[in-house]
Amino acid sequence: MSQPSLSEALRGVVRRDLLLAMRHRSDVAMSVFFVVIVASLFPLGVGPEPAVLRMIASGVLWVTALLACLLSLGRLFTADYLDGVLEQTLLIPQPLGVLVVGKVFSHWVISGLPVVLLSPLLGLQFGLSGESLWVLTLSLLLGTPTLSMIGAIGAALTLGLRGSGLLVALLVLPLFIPVLIFGAGAVTNSLAGIGSEANLSLLGACFLFSLTFAPWATAVALRIALE
Amino acid sequence: MVTSTLRGENTDSDTGVLYETPDGIEKAFANSKTFKSSTLRQFLFFSSRGISRNMFQTVALSGSRGERLLFSDISVTVTPGTLLAVVGENGSGKTSFLRMLCGLLSPDNGTILWQGKDIRQLKELYRAQLTYVGHLNGIKDELTPVENLTVSACLAGDESASGVVQKALEAVGLGRPIHRLPTRVLSQGQKRRVALARLWLTTRPLWLLDEPFASLDDTATSYLTRHLQSHLSHGGMVVVATHQEIDLPSDCIQHLRLTR
Repeated sequence: MSQPSLSEALRGVVRRDLLLAMRHRSDVAMSVFFVVIVASLFPLGVGPEPAVLRMIASGVLWVTALLACLLSLGRLFTADYLDGVLEQTLLIPQPLGVLVVGKVFSHWVISGLPVVLLSPLLGLQFGLSGESLWVLTLSLLLGTPTLSMIGAIGAALTLGLRGSGLLVALLVLPLFIPVLIFGAGAVTNSLAGIGSEANLSLLGACFLFSLTFAPWATAVALRIALE
Repeated sequence: MVTSTLRGENTDSDTGVLYETPDGIEKAFANSKTFKSSTLRQFLFFSSRGISRNMFQTVALSGSRGERLLFSDISVTVTPGTLLAVVGENGSGKTSFLRMLCGLLSPDNGTILWQGKDIRQLKELYRAQLTYVGHLNGIKDELTPVENLTVSACLAGDESASGVVQKALEAVGLGRPIHRLPTRVLSQGQKRRVALARLWLTTRPLWLLDEPFASLDDTATSYLTRHLQSHLSHGGMVVVATHQEIDLPSDCIQHLRLTR
């Protein structure tokens, strides 16, 4: 009987989501503008003192990235759930966990990657320079996929509930804390000249940990949501 | 007595069947107390004929939504070349029954057997045998019919070359001008046709269709009926939840009426 290979199925899921993002370019632009605007508000509010800005830079930029991820979580499964694509996805004869990785990957490409690419520019606004700019970008590159992975669990658990937006935030934000601490810590350490390797390694460990467990948890939550 | 019949068959040349589906047979005996005797007899009849290799059946299946019991003790057998029409009033549990057959919903009681094996054990192997067209179309409004079908064919492991996909769309009566429009602008009936066009691409033996005729016009209904007939004549199996009479020879249709 016809059965897609795992890579075929994964490619299909990613291709559809990226194609949809191309049709909804405004959605992608929205999360990018959100990050830019929020990050730009701080220098305006706190004042243009370089020392102060450099001190808050890592925290502000990381919290902004976190909120941008949270805002886009609603799009991860809801549309698929409403138009029946999700139940078809559940019937694909391949492990659902792996297909979830495909969906989370495209979610990251749409919402996380733009933030990573913009981060050097935003870092400049806060007076970061040289090595710490690179550390900021690298920490976001390692951390944002983890945010999407963890966020997917929350999105799946609240699927089909009323007022799920706020509930996702309550569920997921506490789980984001380790990533926030290690990510912002990496930049702070590099500014202090201590070296950021330890924090970056921990971020990498968080990513691998979430890659192992989050897709499986998301798959279980999705099956329950569709019962 | 039943056992001896079975043993008797076993010594015949037909032994392969029993060895192929020992699980099914064991299960049938294990469940035989709760099991309707007619179903058991039917099961043994088919297994002795070798049909059990491709058979799809439910054994004493019950399902509920929340507190409400929808149906209980449903034992039906679908053999290759037959269509099971699930009929009943609105809210009688037709959709739940179909979703249960897909494995999307777990039954309260009973088992669903594919080739004599429980679908909960088969998992992906079973999902590779079925095509489900649900109450929801499962197509993306922003994508064109061609893109929708290409992706779903690719995800089902079917051929997804653009020529094949376009032929499938033409088979359901959607002409070329429509192929490049976003599905959003199509009418309900046209969207339904796009969803059903998957049946022209698939090579899977078991089709589970939830109200496939809803919002289709007469032409599309006749296209679909003809396609169902050709699927059945190739040894396919179909389960349809429907309110309409299906214009097929009565010897290949069996009815299951769900009552509230």
